[in-house]
Amino acid sequence: MAEHASVGIMFWILAIVVVVSGFLVVSLRNIFHCALFLMLCLTAVAGIFITLDAEFLAVAQVLIYVGAVSVLMIFAIMLTRDLADKQIPQTNKHAMLAFLGCTAFVLGIILVLSGTDMWRWAKTPLPVENVMTIGKLLMTKYVLPFEVISILLVAAMIGAIVLARKEKA
Amino acid sequence: MDFQLPEYNLQLMLPEIVLFVWALVVLSFDLATKRKSGSAVGYLAMAGVLITGIVLAFTGHGQGFGQMFVADSMAVFFKMIFLCAAFMAIGSSFGITKDKIVNHRGEFLGLMLFSTVGMMFLASSNELLSLYVGLELTTIPLFALAAFFKDDKLSVEAGIKYLVVGAFSSALLLYGISFLYGLSGSTDLLLMRLNLAASALMDYPKVAMVFVLATITILAGLGFKLALPPFHQWAPDVYQGAPTPVTAFLSVASKAAGLVAFAKIMVIGLFAYYDPFVAPIDWGMLVGIMAGSAMIVGNVLAVRQTNMKRMLAYSSIAHAGYIMVGMLAMNELGLASVGFYMFAYMFANMGIFAVVALIEERTGSAEIPDYGGFSKSSPFLAVSMTIMLLSLTGIPPLAGFFGKFYVFAAAIRQAGSDPVHQWMYWLVGVGLLTSVVALYYYANVIRTMYFGAQTDVPRIEFTAPALTVILIGVIGTVVFGLMPNVVVEFASQIPISDMIILP
Repeated sequence: MAEHASVGIMFWILAIVVVVSGFLVVSLRNIFHCALFLMLCLTAVAGIFITLDAEFLAVAQVLIYVGAVSVLMIFAIMLTRDLADKQIPQTNKHAMLAFLGCTAFVLGIILVLSGTDMWRWAKTPLPVENVMTIGKLLMTKYVLPFEVISILLVAAMIGAIVLARKEKA
Repeated sequence: MDFQLPEYNLQLMLPEIVLFVWALVVLSFDLATKRKSGSAVGYLAMAGVLITGIVLAFTGHGQGFGQMFVADSMAVFFKMIFLCAAFMAIGSSFGITKDKIVNHRGEFLGLMLFSTVGMMFLASSNELLSLYVGLELTTIPLFALAAFFKDDKLSVEAGIKYLVVGAFSSALLLYGISFLYGLSGSTDLLLMRLNLAASALMDYPKVAMVFVLATITILAGLGFKLALPPFHQWAPDVYQGAPTPVTAFLSVASKAAGLVAFAKIMVIGLFAYYDPFVAPIDWGMLVGIMAGSAMIVGNVLAVRQTNMKRMLAYSSIAHAGYIMVGMLAMNELGLASVGFYMFAYMFANMGIFAVVALIEERTGSAEIPDYGGFSKSSPFLAVSMTIMLLSLTGIPPLAGFFGKFYVFAAAIRQAGSDPVHQWMYWLVGVGLLTSVVALYYYANVIRTMYFGAQTDVPRIEFTAPALTVILIGVIGTVVFGLMPNVVVEFASQIPISDMIILP
């Protein structure tokens, strides 16, 4: 897939969608609109994963970030009183400074990454059963971090519940 | 489909497993007693940490899960520091679990134990993926712990700030790590190092550019975690707002965890920075600037603080700077001095925070002027605090003095061994000068306690666990000051030479 010319065009369309919607997420004043654009941004990232032949990542991206995380966010916004139609400025007096800093950082990254082709696996063909390989690795070589993540999720859940719970008077 | 299962060697992981199960026991005990367990749940958590420490002492060295999990001297040493810090943090939290967080005692202690488990996994990780997961398991419970006083605006602010900074710094770190993976094609630290060296030999300028980018993003990410300038602004607000035992835990254990992550990625995973042939970037100079500015910024800004917790936050920034000086001296003394400094810093800092927590519970204030006349009402606490403050200052013969001594000695030896490292003399000079500034603000607290204007300080009652913590702090400070070689010998088993020289 990666050799096809249309993939290049697809990438640029998706990249523009990602950047524009990402910028809107951090600049719009209505938090509900921000959440919707976040969904768009994350979906476009999933599209970029597809152009890179990483179907598993694309599916996981849609399932987890678009499906679960963003929907939860929208729920939280809608269930919080007076939040969905409030106008909240997202910038303070440092906005310009931050913008310049980030632009410089991005230009630096572009400069560096466009000047190198030393990526180790870039020229190796992908395994045919991509998803199966990932699953196998997660269950064998990387089983330890995989299991530790479940402890992490337990801890995060407990922390979130404690903070969100309403206390009895 | 064939599965190549790695050799697990689960017994090496026994301490982590014990502590994790114990955290679950603590959580369920609090629920089973219908949240009326009082201080019993606290004693249960302390017992768990103790038992884990004993298990750790009898667990051998080796590798498990292929090579994902390593139990070597460095891991065991830092795990001991984490467990000690957790023990002392839990011991000084009996006051707040008694009255302030009656509904969530189990969760408070359980989250602290989870965070400790994360640190232990981090210390044993041998490759970037488990290192990152360990680091996240360390910090995510701490976000919740910092915001644990939900009605207190400062505490909630601390939690949110820590969350945002923590997430941002993790993202930076991960971004840098992804470049390193891209270049080397491996997440295993030693393999990564070999592959990086190999590709640097093939096409030096192309590799060097990406390497610089990766180093800068990783240093920024770790700089946030360690609160090294210019990434330190979050620390005072978070330290002031978080519950005092959590602040203590943050300032010692999570700092030590950041150090371990630094040592693993920068020292083991990347080239020794001064190797003129293969090192594409002299990151030593960058870290040196960060360490130097940490010592200056931390110590100078600490002078102006009137809140004890804020002052200790700035002083912890300065201490991170001193520790990084030892980290930069990559000789036999280097990592050992880092280990010893961390050890001495832990005793003194955890002890001081235990006293601060006691005073805060009684008077509701952590302002230094409110400590006036404190020595008359509670002479024992005042003496203990004085000893530990003097240790942080670096007054001989207390442990803190030898911490600074070893760190500077390691740096001077490194500076003398190679003209490339001349700049380390400057670092030592900055360290010595700023230590004098530190004397001023630490002594100011002592002066207030003994000669300050009399406020009506009530007599501070202390519980047995708090007393234990303070005694551990004082005894550790004094004993390891009198015989520092015990720890240094243990710490110098850390196989630094294996790590620096290519295997």
